[in-house]
Amino acid sequence: MNFVMPDLYPASAEIFLLLMTCVVLLVGLFAGKGRHWLVYLLTQLTLTGCFAITFVTLDGQAVTTFSNMFVDDLFADFLKLVLYPTVAVMLVYSREYLAARNLDKSEFYLLVLFATLGMMVMISASHFLTIYLGLELLALSLYALVALDRDSARATEAAMKYFVLGAMASGLLLYGFSMVYGATGSLDIVEVGQRIATGSGNKTVLVFGLVFVIAGLAFKLGVVPFHMWIPDVYHGAPTAVTLFIGSAPKLAAFAIAMRVLVTGLAELAEHWQVMLTILAALSIALGNLAAIAQTNLKRMLAYSTISHMGFMLLGILSGIVGGDPRFALNAYSSAMFYAITYVLMSLGAFGMILLLSRASFEAENIEDFKGLNKRSPWFAAMMLILMFSMAGMPFFVGFFAKFAVLQAVVAAKMVWLAVYAVLFSVIGAFYYLRVVKVMYFDAPTDTAPIEAPRDMRFLISVNCLAVALLGLLPQGALEYSIYATYAFLAGH
Amino acid sequence: MTGLPLLSIAIWLPIVGGLLVLATGPDRNAGQARLIALIVAVAGFLVTLPLYIGFDVTTSDMQFTELLPWVPRFNIHYQLGVDGISVLFILLNSFITPLVVLAGWKVIGEKVAQYMAAFLVMSGLMNGIFAALDAVLFYVFFEASLIPMYLIIGVWGGPNRVYAAFKFFLYTVLGSLLMLVALIYLFFQSGFSFNLLDWHEVRIPLTAQIYLFLAFLVAFAVKVPMWPVHTWLPDAHVEAPTGGSVVLAAIMLKLGAYGFLRFSLPIVPDASRELAWLIIALSLTAVVYIGFVALVQADMKKLIAYSSVAHMGFVTLGFFIFNSLGVEGALVQMISHGFISGAMFLCVGVLYDRLHSRQIADYGGVVNTMPKFAALFMFFAMANTGLPATSGFVGEFMVILGAMQFDFWVAFIAATTLITSAAYTLWLYKRVVFGAVANPRVAELADIDMREFAILGLLALCVLWMGLYPFPFTEVMHASVENLLKHVAVPKF
Repeated sequence: MNFVMPDLYPASAEIFLLLMTCVVLLVGLFAGKGRHWLVYLLTQLTLTGCFAITFVTLDGQAVTTFSNMFVDDLFADFLKLVLYPTVAVMLVYSREYLAARNLDKSEFYLLVLFATLGMMVMISASHFLTIYLGLELLALSLYALVALDRDSARATEAAMKYFVLGAMASGLLLYGFSMVYGATGSLDIVEVGQRIATGSGNKTVLVFGLVFVIAGLAFKLGVVPFHMWIPDVYHGAPTAVTLFIGSAPKLAAFAIAMRVLVTGLAELAEHWQVMLTILAALSIALGNLAAIAQTNLKRMLAYSTISHMGFMLLGILSGIVGGDPRFALNAYSSAMFYAITYVLMSLGAFGMILLLSRASFEAENIEDFKGLNKRSPWFAAMMLILMFSMAGMPFFVGFFAKFAVLQAVVAAKMVWLAVYAVLFSVIGAFYYLRVVKVMYFDAPTDTAPIEAPRDMRFLISVNCLAVALLGLLPQGALEYSIYATYAFLAGH
Repeated sequence: MTGLPLLSIAIWLPIVGGLLVLATGPDRNAGQARLIALIVAVAGFLVTLPLYIGFDVTTSDMQFTELLPWVPRFNIHYQLGVDGISVLFILLNSFITPLVVLAGWKVIGEKVAQYMAAFLVMSGLMNGIFAALDAVLFYVFFEASLIPMYLIIGVWGGPNRVYAAFKFFLYTVLGSLLMLVALIYLFFQSGFSFNLLDWHEVRIPLTAQIYLFLAFLVAFAVKVPMWPVHTWLPDAHVEAPTGGSVVLAAIMLKLGAYGFLRFSLPIVPDASRELAWLIIALSLTAVVYIGFVALVQADMKKLIAYSSVAHMGFVTLGFFIFNSLGVEGALVQMISHGFISGAMFLCVGVLYDRLHSRQIADYGGVVNTMPKFAALFMFFAMANTGLPATSGFVGEFMVILGAMQFDFWVAFIAATTLITSAAYTLWLYKRVVFGAVANPRVAELADIDMREFAILGLLALCVLWMGLYPFPFTEVMHASVENLLKHVAVPKF
């Protein structure tokens, strides 16, 4: 067997990131205490570099490398271009918070970089093994991140729970992949798709495998009934880590869901659509209902994530209507738009918790936002934008995200599902309104001034104003998703 | 005609102005905030005047149209235009806004900038609702206007404000989200268009029409509000600050009724005719039953709130008897109710500012200390009962005449309102204004000042003008109403 040097060009961003991670590791080792800013800066530079590389190498060509295990297409590039800023912004938001809790060790930045690499691999995966590789890289980094605050019993518990359940989900996913392999004799996603289309492979085995694949994916997305870890991990982890878990990985999870289901198992659409419908319906119901009962904002947002992911699944499941892929572009790009806007909103929402937190004080209860309008009208308005956007109110981008997905569902002739989703959105509106209520209608109990550093204040304002601005002029972001999805669909 | 985008200005001037007011910041600049708000509000009204002056009454086409692509991805356009049905509401809304700003001039002492900004932004959004010719644009304004109202009730409202704000928001959102699904359905049914005028021509099977009609009904019935989904209104009215109640009664309730005219009737005419009996039944229930409910209220604001529900029942009744007298009468009633209910709430506000009570029992003998106020209040009370020569009479009379053409008994039941509304309004007036001064604090009341007199006087003039010479109003709406009725009469499936 000859060794052929693979084409490294398509993976240049990943390679750069890996090299820089090694540099960060060394610098972190030798920089010593009090030099964390150096590690922080290097991490930010790394992400900027990745952004530049991905942006410069951007072309319409879908190139595969590493024996077709890795693909660099517009879909991947576009998602990565959202991923880097998300991670970078998250680092800005968490710096002060981590420093105040003595958690800004270089390990944090390393783990974040490794997790980012994992997500990039997931996004570019065109092979079941690559997916698994990226997924584990991400998941293992996240387990460690959750337990970063090792003296906190709650964090350790969350990490254990996350690890045990996550390992099981990975097992399920892997088992599903092995079934697909058994039926088709291939692990290459495109090839699997072709083989199923030509009728080779036992349908029963495939569907059996599909069940496990869906279960694994559902766990990573955090949709009912595989959502148990979400509230505990979101609640238990340090808020900076919650911010990380709650934002960027959703993009990667979306990517692998698309790769596996749409590229690989499109022929089984009628089966996975039914499964996704059930998952989405349950998530929207449970996420919205359970969020009402929460007094902890992190838990509330955790349940709201569950319902949001359910909503995103609605987009994915309405792509193929009775074997007719006419509305595929419409539906998948809507789901992608939903994922991106969700990431933007959840960055802002968890960022607000970090903004109000101080040394020895976690602003994680809804009560902690009491009277924010008195303390800081500006940031109260920013939070108001986020909450109404998450509730799907115009003129904020959350409205167009919901709108895009709902129209995809109606296009797929599932009007009843759209009605179901909006009915639960009304219930969802209640708990977002409650946050606005405590900010505006109640008197403050905590009158301490907001201490967050200037770069964070600025960035979180930009973040929230982007939510408002994209709600006024959503066309650009919608087109962005269309281009990416178009390239994705053209690839197979 | 000038080339200025008048409708856009009417929408965005108050919104941008509102944000400007917000920029004045904390309450130490309250004076500045009030002044800027008043200037913006008056300017907002002045820019809508050319809409009336330049309005061509001979055509039912959309006028002052503007068209820009907004979200080409979904074929959504920034499409504005007014016809005889909508133009008057933009004027009414812009006219009420300065009055509301003035009404909150002294009473609102906390978060003044935010208060004024909320009203200005809301005013702009509501102009947007009446001007939008694109379904999504309409929906976006329709939903967005809930946000400032939610804040107004919740921040500056009465003791039970949180409950009222939530109830208001969730009730209306429930209705409008179902409408959103209907709009998306129509988008596909019409071949990917959100243009309302296109939708008027779309052929839809009767079953689908019925579902669409029901979806619209939920959205608009909550907003009107029709019996039995009216229960949010008394709560919202009672808890809202005076300005909030005025805008709610004068403009927000009209959104629902306007929706019937813009969506239900022209888009699903067959279902409208098919289900007219339902609307008529609900309307008559509102007129008769809610009239009695109003009679027993102990809270002045609640009483007026119920009277609003009863009067809006007249409006929906007028729409669904499908003749021009009925529809025009209903439109006149809407505008007149905007003046009268606004004025009634302002009157209650005047009393509330002084005594901090809305209970009828706490008053009595107000005429002894506030003669000027008592006279104006008398006038509005009479208008509320539909006394000839006031605007309240014109609308009700036209609707009853229209109903007579439709069916004698419908007209008969509707006409009972003349008795019940007289009963509850005049009894309210008697208990509050006449009688002996039982409460020592009433004896210390000061009569209305120039500011209050100006606000109420202006409204009184409008009520009188519309009552004596309604032609300038009906003239504007006539062509559009005729066209609408012609359109509704043609089966569409």
